[in-house]
Amino acid sequence: MRATQWMGKNHIEVNEVPDPQILNDRDAIVKISSTAICGSDLHLYDGFIPTMRKGDIVGHEFMGEVVELGKGVGNLKVGDRVVVPFPIACGNCVACEKGLFSVCENSNPNARIPEKLMGHAPCGIFGYSHMMGGYPGGQAEYARVPFADVGPIKVDADLTDEQVLFLSDIFPTGYMGAEVCDISPGDVVAVWGAGPVGQFAVASARMLGAERVIAIDRFDYRLAKAREAGATDVLNYEEVDVLDALQEITAGRGPDAAIDCVGMEAHHPTAAVHAYDRAKQATMMETERPHALREAILAVKNGGTVSIVGVYGGLMDKFPIGSLMNRSLTVKTGQCHVQRYTKPLYERIRNGDIDPSFVVSHTLPLAEAADGYRMFRDKKDECNKVVLKP
Amino acid sequence: MSSSRSRPGLRRTARVLGLASTGLGVAMLRDPKGVARVSGVDDSATALSVIPLVGARELLHGLPLLAGRAGWAWTRGAGDAMDLTAMGIALSHRSGDRGRRLRNATVAVAGLAALDLLTAARSRRSGSRSAARELLPGSAPWKGAIDVSAATTVNKAPEEVYRYWRDFSRLPEFMAHVREVRTLDGGARSHWVAEAPGKLSVEWDAEVVEDSPGELVRWRSLPGADIENAGSVEFRPAPGGRGTEVRVRLAYAQPGGRLGKVVAGLFGESPEQQVRDDLTRFKQVLETGQVVRSEGSPHGPQARRLVAQRPAAPRS
Repeated sequence: MRATQWMGKNHIEVNEVPDPQILNDRDAIVKISSTAICGSDLHLYDGFIPTMRKGDIVGHEFMGEVVELGKGVGNLKVGDRVVVPFPIACGNCVACEKGLFSVCENSNPNARIPEKLMGHAPCGIFGYSHMMGGYPGGQAEYARVPFADVGPIKVDADLTDEQVLFLSDIFPTGYMGAEVCDISPGDVVAVWGAGPVGQFAVASARMLGAERVIAIDRFDYRLAKAREAGATDVLNYEEVDVLDALQEITAGRGPDAAIDCVGMEAHHPTAAVHAYDRAKQATMMETERPHALREAILAVKNGGTVSIVGVYGGLMDKFPIGSLMNRSLTVKTGQCHVQRYTKPLYERIRNGDIDPSFVVSHTLPLAEAADGYRMFRDKKDECNKVVLKP
Repeated sequence: MSSSRSRPGLRRTARVLGLASTGLGVAMLRDPKGVARVSGVDDSATALSVIPLVGARELLHGLPLLAGRAGWAWTRGAGDAMDLTAMGIALSHRSGDRGRRLRNATVAVAGLAALDLLTAARSRRSGSRSAARELLPGSAPWKGAIDVSAATTVNKAPEEVYRYWRDFSRLPEFMAHVREVRTLDGGARSHWVAEAPGKLSVEWDAEVVEDSPGELVRWRSLPGADIENAGSVEFRPAPGGRGTEVRVRLAYAQPGGRLGKVVAGLFGESPEQQVRDDLTRFKQVLETGQVVRSEGSPHGPQARRLVAQRPAAPRS
């Protein structure tokens, strides 16, 4: 089959590789109809996620048709059209039973690596480094899906791929970012990062009843998408001082909740500040460039909630713990527990509450994956979201 | 999940004593006058020449103690005896403020002396093999022993977890170094085959020496084993219905020569890690039904095999 392989920093190739095989009884093989490049794939592309190996198949947002089933999968049959959540979760451990699928205790065969770095190990993730399990990803013609009796959700034929594909990651991720803020009527929510996850966080915050939602980014075309998703205000941080602007909008209170949809590769409008963290990151003195998170913490109101769904990998510098502690802030975070959200959000799509296909800006054949990565990273041609067709 | 190796407590005490020795030694060498004043012997001319010598002695046993070698507490004990004798003589000649300072110093030295003797005695009782000896009482003298423990929590009832383990023939499913276990006499005895790198294998018969259903199994090898060994596994309900806490201990006598190398090879460089990996797989099997595999990590989660990770892509 053809698959998108990580060959090194800034180096993606689509190559011929062997077809996947069933390795465990609860596996399924899915023939992929649509797969997308995620913002977090750019962290791999830029070389910031440790334990990648040359030849790793990447991609964790995919859907398609079940073509083969292990003998332990009773709820699917060959021919089913499914969307696959990016976290691999067993459904049997205490974490899964509590709905904390992305910290499944059994799905990461390489748990030893993150245990050294993080204390305990998160779940396995498709195509996202050996630290996250060494599972091949879904930017390919086929993928092996472990615990297929737990993750994949069946979808109706009358919905397009683009309407349901994002149930695999970015729609639930944005939704969880907003849901954990316990939004109540009248709340003002600020969202850092108006990429696709930020756009879904904006849309979700509105669905959950936020009065005002402020999107923050430096690309006007992404801010325009955020407006389309329901943002009442947008801030281009290269043009305005975000902290001042948020004070102004909220008459000095600060937003009730701040959602970080940026993660480890943030930018800062002040060249010197950006250079400081960029240099520390390049010399491995920190793994993150946490400008957005620092700002989100300082911006949120006293007693407010900081929700982190942007991806971080390891250690950061100059974390404003004093602001967090003295102002009674709450931090909510995690890789999205996608399996918890697939059904309710699928219902929202069915009902017409939201049509997630609005994020798609480019559709390319799988063979052009490398161009897709480059275009998405460089924000060329107003690239918002790339869908690949194997 | 957790793991531990033999006798961290003793090593810690040895380090505390080593630290005390080094501190005292440095103080005595750098400022004998100050030390004489604090201990109330600043009126004696001989004290000023003796104190640096005592300081040098302290450094001598301070360093090995800092490295955690508890046996050196014996030399500290001998030093304590000398010091206490000298201080006793000095006490009988002093009164007032000086006498009070000397009394305090004597009490402090006596306290340290007690700890020295206790530590020294413990080091003698044990050496590094005592923990293994608890599992393997009355065995032949060894060059050393591998004694490891690890724990995990399994989301199943203790009875079910116990039942799975008690059928020893299933152990090779998750224990990396065990190739085969055949049970005999309805499970009271078993025949084990273990595999070491280089195609070496060792075999032994084992008997269950303690068996409390749902709580505990202990076993040990029978005479004639290639390698004398023993193990125990305890099952306890985790608090709040969170499954079962499983605590495993394995001890392998390590003879000299070829067999010693085989024993070392069974566990690789990191025995604790291997037993933890065994338990990770045990948890996977019980909770999900199988050892979980990924294409990049086809051999399971053994630490020493992580270096042999291959790209996360299928192989034909």
